Amino acid sequence: MKLYCLSGHPTLPCNVLKFKSTTIMLDCGLDMTSTLNFLPLPLVQSPRLSNLPGWSLKDGNAFLDKELKECSGHVFVDSVPEFCLPETELIDLSTVDVILISNYHCMMALPYITEHTGFTGTVYATEPTVQIGRLLMEELVNFIERVPKAQSASLWKNKDIQRLLPSPLKDAVEVSTWRRCYTMQEVNSALSKIQLVGYSQKIELFGAVQVTPLSSGYALGSSNWIIQSHYEKVSYVSGSSLLTTHPQPMDQASLKNSDVLVLTGLTQIPTANPDGMVGEFCSNLALTVRNGGNVLVPCYPSGVIYDLLECLYQYIDSAGLSNIPFYFISPVANSSLEFSQIFAEWLCHNKQTKVYLPEPPFPHAELIQTNKLKHYPSLHGDFSSDFRQPCVVFTGHPSLRFGDVVHFMELWGKSSLNTVIFTEPDFSYLEALAPYQPLAMKCIYCPIDTRLNFIQVSKLLKEVQPLHVVCPEQYTQPPPAQSHRMDLMIDCQPPAMSYRRAEVLALPFKRRYEKIEIMPELADSLVPMEIKPGISLATVSAVLHTKDNKHVLQPPPRPTQPTGGKKRKRASDDIPDCKVLKPLLSGSIPVEQFVQALEKHGFSDVKVEDTAKGHIVLLQEAETLIQIEEDSTHIICDNDEMLRVRLRDLVLKFLQKF
Amino acid sequence: MGRGVTGLAPACLRASQLELFSPGAPGWPFGDFHALPGRRLCGRPLQIRQVARPGAGPEAAEGRGAGLSSLIMDPECSQLLPALCSVLADPRQPVTDDTCLEKLLDWFKTITEAGSSLLLLQENPCLLGLLCHVLKPQDLSPRVLAFSLRLAGMLAAQEDCFQYLQQGELLPRLFGEAGPLGGAAWTAPSVRSGWIQGLRSLAHHPSALCFLADCGAVDTIFSLQGDSSLFVASAAGQLLVHVLGLSLQGPAEGHPGLQTGDWPVCAQKIVSHIEESLRSAATPQITQALNVLTTTFGHCHNPWTQVLWVRLSPLVARLLEKDPVPAAHSLVDLLLSVARSPVLSSSSCGLWETLAQTLSHLSPTQAGPLALGILKLQECPQALRAQAFAVLLQPLTCVLEATAQAPGLLDSWDGTGGASVTVDTLLASKAACVGLLCRTLAHLELLQPLPQRPSPWPQAPLLGATVTILRLCSGSATPTSDAGGHLCAFLVGCVRVQRAALDFLGTLSRGTGPRELVTQVFAVLLEYLTSPDSSPTVLKKAFQATFRWLQSSPETPGCSDLDPHAQLFLRELLPVLPKRLCSPCWEVRDSGLEFLTQMIGRWGGQAGFRRALLASEVPELTEQLLRDPESYVRASAVAAMGQLSSQGLRVTPASPEHPGGQQKSLLAELLHILSTDSEGFPRRAVMHVFTQWLRDGHADVAADTERFVARVLQVASQDLDWEVRAQGLELALVFLEQTLGRPSSHCPYAVTPPVAAPPGPLAQALRPLCRVQLFEFAFRALFDCDRPVAQKSCDLLLFLRAQTASYSGPQGSGSVPEVASVEAALQRWQAGDQGQPLGYLEPEVVVAVLRSMDLEGLRGALAESSDRVEKSPQSLLQDMLATVGALGEDEADCY
Repeated sequence: MKLYCLSGHPTLPCNVLKFKSTTIMLDCGLDMTSTLNFLPLPLVQSPRLSNLPGWSLKDGNAFLDKELKECSGHVFVDSVPEFCLPETELIDLSTVDVILISNYHCMMALPYITEHTGFTGTVYATEPTVQIGRLLMEELVNFIERVPKAQSASLWKNKDIQRLLPSPLKDAVEVSTWRRCYTMQEVNSALSKIQLVGYSQKIELFGAVQVTPLSSGYALGSSNWIIQSHYEKVSYVSGSSLLTTHPQPMDQASLKNSDVLVLTGLTQIPTANPDGMVGEFCSNLALTVRNGGNVLVPCYPSGVIYDLLECLYQYIDSAGLSNIPFYFISPVANSSLEFSQIFAEWLCHNKQTKVYLPEPPFPHAELIQTNKLKHYPSLHGDFSSDFRQPCVVFTGHPSLRFGDVVHFMELWGKSSLNTVIFTEPDFSYLEALAPYQPLAMKCIYCPIDTRLNFIQVSKLLKEVQPLHVVCPEQYTQPPPAQSHRMDLMIDCQPPAMSYRRAEVLALPFKRRYEKIEIMPELADSLVPMEIKPGISLATVSAVLHTKDNKHVLQPPPRPTQPTGGKKRKRASDDIPDCKVLKPLLSGSIPVEQFVQALEKHGFSDVKVEDTAKGHIVLLQEAETLIQIEEDSTHIICDNDEMLRVRLRDLVLKFLQKF
Repeated sequence: MGRGVTGLAPACLRASQLELFSPGAPGWPFGDFHALPGRRLCGRPLQIRQVARPGAGPEAAEGRGAGLSSLIMDPECSQLLPALCSVLADPRQPVTDDTCLEKLLDWFKTITEAGSSLLLLQENPCLLGLLCHVLKPQDLSPRVLAFSLRLAGMLAAQEDCFQYLQQGELLPRLFGEAGPLGGAAWTAPSVRSGWIQGLRSLAHHPSALCFLADCGAVDTIFSLQGDSSLFVASAAGQLLVHVLGLSLQGPAEGHPGLQTGDWPVCAQKIVSHIEESLRSAATPQITQALNVLTTTFGHCHNPWTQVLWVRLSPLVARLLEKDPVPAAHSLVDLLLSVARSPVLSSSSCGLWETLAQTLSHLSPTQAGPLALGILKLQECPQALRAQAFAVLLQPLTCVLEATAQAPGLLDSWDGTGGASVTVDTLLASKAACVGLLCRTLAHLELLQPLPQRPSPWPQAPLLGATVTILRLCSGSATPTSDAGGHLCAFLVGCVRVQRAALDFLGTLSRGTGPRELVTQVFAVLLEYLTSPDSSPTVLKKAFQATFRWLQSSPETPGCSDLDPHAQLFLRELLPVLPKRLCSPCWEVRDSGLEFLTQMIGRWGGQAGFRRALLASEVPELTEQLLRDPESYVRASAVAAMGQLSSQGLRVTPASPEHPGGQQKSLLAELLHILSTDSEGFPRRAVMHVFTQWLRDGHADVAADTERFVARVLQVASQDLDWEVRAQGLELALVFLEQTLGRPSSHCPYAVTPPVAAPPGPLAQALRPLCRVQLFEFAFRALFDCDRPVAQKSCDLLLFLRAQTASYSGPQGSGSVPEVASVEAALQRWQAGDQGQPLGYLEPEVVVAVLRSMDLEGLRGALAESSDRVEKSPQSLLQDMLATVGALGEDEADCY
């Protein structure tokens, strides 16, 4: 059993598990942090951005000045943003049988895999994952395609040149594999390969293994996966949460008794408690708006935004913000808000029960109804006529490199009354802000990451007790910035096995058993013999059939009837024509009685010696040794076959035969 | 319907009152009648609600006792008693409510304490009948059986009655082997408890001791010490202590045998049992023995206790040889109890050695309470104190060492080798670590203010350790060792330790510390106040500790401003406060406001603070919080705004957006809250602010004081919350004092505020009071259904009457027709019809009415417990009979 690690990002995993002749890809996350190296794509021409100076080498060589621009001491690639794909060279991806998706954030690389690697398998995901994943991809494609950029920089990727660049471009990994965004056509094609599944549904893969999605409590439709055969169980935990937010709670019990637990997608901000962050978010929002400033919240169109809107719903009245408009701008804003209301079966119990009242499960419906929350596909059109300040704007993309957020950053960045509040933990807010420097607006970092933290992980591991834990190497040591925080790492026994990008891990357990079915007629013919209370044995002679990874013992074929034979053979004649089998022995030899038996048979000089493993019976005169151990008996006598046979028969008398 | 209060007793009212009130009813100012009308529980008359009566509650035994006014059994009760006894003896009529039985026992207790039990028994043979009856084999409720046992014990506490009962062999049959002891009823814990309590009451004379010995009760008590019911087990232990004490103070009182061999048989038996238990291998038995000894040494300080200790201390010391030490908590309690005993704390009995030995043998968690106890002792050898303090400080030393700070803390104290054990405990598990640290911090917090705390007090290292713990909890400390790493992992985010450490840090503010440590203290406090991860309770503690540290920071010489250091801190703190005031968590907003109110109260007059505050958004935000959805927050905002306004710190922006738009005055806003807020807390807060404003002569109030008082009183009088009405009286009193002058009797040295002392004739002085309708408010309050309000109003009117004593207005209440009409109106108010207002009253009328009222009588009536009618024994008996009777009716209904 092997695990191929194709992604270096622990929260955007992409692993391939080879297990019992199946090849299963676990998630295909897309690392979008690469886009932070690019200049933002403004919706309208930005004189500031277009006038940025080109970057030249120290020696004054300016051949890169078209591709690289300098802004406040940072160098950015002036090109269409590109993404860092999962490793494609480590394993032939056309051999992947299935792809299991945990949540909508972990499927963003899907089109790259399904459309360009010769992949011919099936993708499994829950319905909300597919639908919201589609929204995220649609938004991404829309954000990038609506700002066409003629230039595509590639010179800087040359290894020799890259070495000369300043950080972080110099240290960017695998730049040659970075790719531009996929098209909507590719998205549709990729999504058409997905087969929808429900929680706890058992899916057979070629009869070899069974995979089951379980609720992971992190997002709408998010799942952990169990991959099991009859005797082995691998759990794949990715992006789970124990907090009570909107999704169905995490199913922990089903993870018990795993041989291997692959653990990814823990919180990216282990030191920040989501509750505290939500409080911080609300307080800063209120303070800004009260002072007449605007609040910008760069966010994804689904996920935490639902919880934030719910908190604000409860908070705005108490904070005297009832008259402040909230805008949600995204090409998929409408679909996201509506989808969230219809996936009732994927919601937490509280929200599910509302549906029966009937009430919308999320209170943002009421915010929309009362005109407190308005949503627009883009800032063109209706929004510009409705726009009123001070206000709160939720919009993408959290990287601040594309989407409507770029426009608001340019618009509001100059006033210290305004605030940008970062709630998505995927991007470093300092790096995100780099191309906007100098910036007057206030920046608040309130990352809200509801995924498991290390305390919860340690409780979870204690509860489910897997034999082995496998996780990204980042989880096995404290974060580099807080090397003393021993609590910010996985602490389990035996220690977790770690992996890194482009590494292949042999998982530490061997398959020892296989399930074989016995045909009823064959089973009928067995005559078990009780050798110990509760244990019966029977010999079986059969033919082993293996097809579709299922093994069946069938009665041996009857010997072909001699032609012309009319009389039916008796049952006893059915015994296949094979060598007479030696009987199987069982039981143990009671030494004292054995010695007595020897003496009865005329061996007078019997001596018994105890050894570490059993006994040695010495027949001195005959120069013979009988070595009796727990699982073997040896008669050592030189050249006296008669004696050996006599002794053997004596020994056999004490054992059961069948 | 009659109310529970009457206060008026002018002659003209009496005739009509007699129809409304039964003589003897509460508040009736004339005579005390025994002939109380019987009331059933269901037909209870309207009573004064007892709100905030000190000691109210079912446990207020004294109140209950006092309520049972009759100390001898009156004939009515005697008549009811046989019926009750037969009801009790009837298994078909179960007593469902055993509080009745408790009350009945209380009543018997008062009777037996006041008079002869023998007489009681002879006059009421039904009691004896009941006691005999319960002995018959029948299906009697355990409650009644327990009651009978306790009653018998109570009666037999007097020796003559004991002998009387003995004649009938009743006591052995009740308490001996033949009684419930061997029967099925014994399985009920209440019966076992009744048996013990009966004996406890009984054991008051030498004959009782013989009886106990004869009936073998002591052995039963021994076995009951391990009873499954904790109440029974505990009572058995206490009974043993009582019996031991009784047997040793017997005939040879004052001359206890110096040898235990000389002691009475009963005492010897108990002591042998204790010895046996102490030698036992079973921890529960050792615990029982230790608990008995603890109680003995704690309650009895006769010389024989010393003899007892000398005999038992070797056995106790032997417990320390075991590993782990069994029943460590009880052992600690015992040793401390012995050490506190005046008879025993001399060095002669080897106590100090045992204590020292115990300190070093117990685990750090168990040793903490012992160490604290030792350090609290008034007299104790210095070496032992040093050892105890070292034990107490050990966990903090470990913390300091684990974070590689020069310990220094215990250089002078560390005399034990317990460090490794402590480290082991701290690193054993999160629970052990958290428990030990919390306990240590709590112990040190208790010790800090005591005069006998160790000296020199290691203030600086303690501060260092506490700051380190807080930083470990927040994850900002950088441990340098493996142990430190583990500690950090255990403590990060641990709210319990954070709370304990912040409490202790606050306590440490009473001392000083080196400058750099104080800087660290402020830094860590700021870290907690800023951190979004601080839980609301932690934040509250952080605010409290911050205030205490700011309070203790030295003032700049020459001016009464904060020292520059604290000012710097304040500059960093004030930007944090607005965020806290905007928190979605109401507890955070509330504690933020409380902190702000404290700060303004303390430094509101100081320039530096005022500048910083005015430059921040805090005043504006506070005002917005007056409309917070959470009532507690609104209340705190009211208090804070009151303070801000008093100190002239309220921002009244002539905002450019609202040119000319007058901002609503705070007074109007608070009045609006007072009259419209749906919750009591904000309204109470408004009343407090208004009272304070009136007292301080706040500008908005001083502008038109009379109008202000009139409006406030008018709104307050209609408030449903009694505290608001009571606070209204407080405000009225302040106004009264300001108008008439403070009563000279209050405090001869009090500085009277600059108020208009009654210049001219009294009538003129009273006129403002009449104009604000203070009397209408006070009279209404006098008949308030909440007693504290009525009491307060009574006090106010009494004060007013004293002030007007010298006034020579029209004499004779009936002579002025207006007076009569007022009295008639008051009478109607008293009867519950408060609809009709009094309107404007002339001062003369007021004075006349005041004089005609029996305010003293009313005060007396109000001071009495309001439910004393229901607590009369006769009422109790009737209630019990009625309840059982009612049950019978219910049964009939079922058919």
